[in-house]
Amino acid sequence: MSERTPFEFTLSLGDDALIAAQRLAEWTTRAPEMEEDIALANIALDQLGAARLLLTYAGELEGAGRDEDALAYLRDDRQFRNCLLVELPNGDFAVTMAKLLFLSAYQLPLYTALAECADERLAAIGSKTRKESAYHLDHASLWVKRLGDGTEESHRRMQAAVDQVWPYVAELFAADPGAPVDPATLRAEFDATVAAVLTEATLTRPETGWAPAGGRDGVHTEHLSYLLAEMQVLHRAHPGAQW
Amino acid sequence: MYGNDFGAPEEASGGGLLGEVEAAEAALREAAARQRRGAPASDDDLAGFFAEVVEADQKIEPRDWMPEAYRKTLIRQIAQHAHSEIIGMQPEGNWISRAPSLKRKAILLAKVQDEAGHGLYLYAAAETLGISRDELVDLLLNGRQKYSSIFNYPTLTWADVGAIGWLVDGAAIVNQVPLCRCSYGPYARAMIRICKEESFHQRQGYEILHTLSHGTPEQKAMAQDALDRWWYPSLAMFGPPDGESTHSTQSMAWKIKRFSNDELRQRFVDMCVQQAEILGLTIPDPDLRWNDERQAYDFTQPDYDELMRVISGDGPCNRQRMAHRRQAHADGAWVREAATAYAAKRAAENKEKVAA
Repeated sequence: MSERTPFEFTLSLGDDALIAAQRLAEWTTRAPEMEEDIALANIALDQLGAARLLLTYAGELEGAGRDEDALAYLRDDRQFRNCLLVELPNGDFAVTMAKLLFLSAYQLPLYTALAECADERLAAIGSKTRKESAYHLDHASLWVKRLGDGTEESHRRMQAAVDQVWPYVAELFAADPGAPVDPATLRAEFDATVAAVLTEATLTRPETGWAPAGGRDGVHTEHLSYLLAEMQVLHRAHPGAQW
Repeated sequence: MYGNDFGAPEEASGGGLLGEVEAAEAALREAAARQRRGAPASDDDLAGFFAEVVEADQKIEPRDWMPEAYRKTLIRQIAQHAHSEIIGMQPEGNWISRAPSLKRKAILLAKVQDEAGHGLYLYAAAETLGISRDELVDLLLNGRQKYSSIFNYPTLTWADVGAIGWLVDGAAIVNQVPLCRCSYGPYARAMIRICKEESFHQRQGYEILHTLSHGTPEQKAMAQDALDRWWYPSLAMFGPPDGESTHSTQSMAWKIKRFSNDELRQRFVDMCVQQAEILGLTIPDPDLRWNDERQAYDFTQPDYDELMRVISGDGPCNRQRMAHRRQAHADGAWVREAATAYAAKRAAENKEKVAA
């Protein structure tokens, strides 16, 4: 993948946040404890808020009159630019926490760097969202440690979750030298953050050469189309209606 | 949100009720400022002191002596209210993934999250009466305590999310505003906070219906269909008619309850009629008309046999709601165990550090 336009770059960040929000919101009424129901809803709301800012701006960059809802509800999966990581099903709580750990350990340095970039709008969004990402990372880290170093069962599940999700990390850092922030430059910080958490959690990083990708080019897993079918069904059933 | 069925536009919709919440809050502060007679004179004076505090519209606090039946009544009522918040997340949560705009999705997600917060807040209020949240959750899961029956109805369309906000939260507020003056301090204070948030919920529900009823013909039909299905179950939220209500008399004497089920139901109907007109929707009651003599609307009573069937477990969604809650609780067991084990390990480490 080479040289994405500012529109595509912004769209991909917005799509990451939107799909992450949709998955996290699925936990509502299902979390392991009531406090966690509230925490996951908080994180979903943060991601959704970021998605709305990013998609709105992406629509303006594109200049074709598409607003946040047109971009969220009226594109098919081949037009979505999110990473595969966020569209993976929630799995058990350990899988969700592994996904959140990796996503937030990527989004935090990304938004932090964005806050310093030349594009004022992206800088403003980054400056707002990096604080939220810091909380997401904190929350996910705490749970990964609790589960990794909790009971025998939780350790087994947490390690299995890391093993399952880890391969999807590679895609996040594909080089994009022309972008306001080149994701490849964030890898070292990500690795340091994650290594510290996994070590404290008594977990290991799997050795694997498998690095599934394609999300940034609109080639997704089978899961995304189902997610979008559910998310978009009502909006699409009433073309042009206001809500 | 919460009813008694267990066992504005902008201003027209609940503006007056919010005023009542604020008045109750002011009264609470005044009551706190007036000195209570310090304490019972002796052990023989306990019941007398209790009666005096209630009579003077002062608040009973957790450390105070209280009749055992008063304590039990409050535990039952506050717990049922907390359970209702938690189970009540399900019917609306059903539409988060399909909300028709990102803005609506965000508002709905925040609303359902508020309900979880209300649940936690109420469990904490119940815990001041000497029972633990775990015990209360068990009572819900094994069916020994109930939640508001309204949540045993399904949310079939997006308009149902609006109808729940407008009618169900509206009924809950009418029910709860008087509870802001309840004689038990922690409950009264919880209700003030919750009523303020519920009035936002009611407003957003009303706004959803307003948008639909002024939208496409399909959207308007969706809104009317929701009103048709939710109207009578909402009226039933106020509980059985006064003659058949089992807990009412004693609760009124203790100032836990301040108005009868029928009084509150009437207040709700009177409030809704004008709002429905502004919405351009028709309340599904051919006998609904203004009674000049009573200065209130005459209306058709809900089907109380249906209410009793739903309470006893045979509503459309009772089994589904309970199965969902039990499943979430069971699925989360290993996570809660891990958190406990992790905390124990950290505590043991700290102990070693202190000893060393």
